[in-house]
Amino acid sequence: MDWNFIIFSVVKVAVVIGAVLTMVAYAVLAERKISAWIQDRVGPNRCAPPFARYIPFVGTFLTRIGFFQPMADGLKAFLKEDFMPAGVRKVYFWLAPALAIIPAMLVVAVIPFGSQIGAQKMVIADLNVGILYTFGIVSLGVYGIVLAGYAANSKYPFLGGIRSSAQMISYEISMGMSVIPVLLIAGNLNLSRIIGWQADHGWMVIYAPVSFVIFLIAAFAETNRLPFDLPEAETELVGGYHTEYSSMKFALFFLAEYSNMIASSGMMVTLFFGGWTLPFWGLDHAATSLGMGLVQIFVFLAKMLLFMVLFIWVRWMFPRFRYDQLMDLGWRRFVPLALVNILVTAVILWMKS
Amino acid sequence: MIVNRKPLTFWERLYLPAIAGGLKVTLRHAWRTLFRGKVVTMEYPEQKWAVPTDYRGAPYLVKDQDGNTKCVSCQLCEFVCPPKAIRITPPGPAGQIADRPNAEKMPEEFEINFLRCIYCGLCQEVCPEEAIFLLKDYSLTGQSRDEMIYDKEKLLALGGTHGGIQKWKHKLEEAKEQETFPVKI
Repeated sequence: MDWNFIIFSVVKVAVVIGAVLTMVAYAVLAERKISAWIQDRVGPNRCAPPFARYIPFVGTFLTRIGFFQPMADGLKAFLKEDFMPAGVRKVYFWLAPALAIIPAMLVVAVIPFGSQIGAQKMVIADLNVGILYTFGIVSLGVYGIVLAGYAANSKYPFLGGIRSSAQMISYEISMGMSVIPVLLIAGNLNLSRIIGWQADHGWMVIYAPVSFVIFLIAAFAETNRLPFDLPEAETELVGGYHTEYSSMKFALFFLAEYSNMIASSGMMVTLFFGGWTLPFWGLDHAATSLGMGLVQIFVFLAKMLLFMVLFIWVRWMFPRFRYDQLMDLGWRRFVPLALVNILVTAVILWMKS
Repeated sequence: MIVNRKPLTFWERLYLPAIAGGLKVTLRHAWRTLFRGKVVTMEYPEQKWAVPTDYRGAPYLVKDQDGNTKCVSCQLCEFVCPPKAIRITPPGPAGQIADRPNAEKMPEEFEINFLRCIYCGLCQEVCPEEAIFLLKDYSLTGQSRDEMIYDKEKLLALGGTHGGIQKWKHKLEEAKEQETFPVKI
């Protein structure tokens, strides 16, 4: 038993989960602020602890940008009454939020968020089957939502659950197939090696742009974000699969949705945008010093944040797809397109070799 | 009416122009909000909207130009008040006399329950002394029911001096024109 490995793994897990949860909280704030700006509003700018007003300038500035809002939201989620409606299927009702958040958190494990600090690789699990693991875990995410819809024993959550099962399974196929050209080109399933390949040859988005577009759109569908938020369509299904949930159980669904966003942003950065590398300032090879290691983590975070902003931005831009349009787009456009993409990539690689 | 729906061209069916258009519109709005300060939100407690001149806000008692109570405790407003929000305690035969000329008495206590008041303005309309006016206040708040019952001091303080309307001065001028003097000067 290698104690060194265990201790460093536990530290990395703790730090990554802490970072992901913090990012989720502030992603909610960003969502509210960006939606406000797009809609000519101000957004949350009042929430502040009592001491904030005594800090000159900084306190008021943080209050204006809503810095303290996520803390208040979290506190509110904890303190609200955890209401369990009559007639729910209790075991599944309790199980569903856990099943929603666990896969969302697990996906983060294989994403390399930096090269290395000291001798430690900045990835929790450097699996050789990284992408397969991701798709395996992501497909579990649908259980939480379906189970939530079923357990609530109520019409709207049920419809949301049905929709999500159909939608997520459909888009998983095109998502999975869109990544195959990337694997063909890089010749590896290990995410760290894929990043290494991109450091040598340039970002994957140049070599497989069609893959990127399909992956991006499928990621929107997988995370139930607009324009594919049919499982929780507020205007049609009240709240969708989490209508009957309250308090921290509801918050877990919320956390799961935003963790999925973070995970898929991380995947997109890793697969298509060179992960923690930048093609200049010597940032394209593993760090030798502590400072470079930290800079590479920040590079990864910055790229990820751009995708988070895109996720949020798109939400306030497009109307929701109709259900048949969604299925049409998934099965009749993206699946054939992904297949052709695989074929063309394979043929080109074969001709070159 | 029959609307002819043209079949979409290939370019339109790609959704790309629509996506670009959406990006442009949302980005323009975000830009305006962030850097030009074109915000539709009014941040209420700090910013308040201009109240129209004929706005019917909360009814308060007003003082005359010399700072005396105008109300003579006639109880007409109490009588006319539809939700019975006003309660007046008259001074009685041995009570306090009015603090101004041209009046016999003034109320010992004058209470308006703002939980009941419907801001109809009938008290202002019926008042023979022009002592109660609906002013511009619209956001009355309190932490208890008792707090929302305003007494005489509070109503007079909030109403302030209403120097513009001097009923007895006008009566005097009218009387001078008619050369009869029912009014004490």
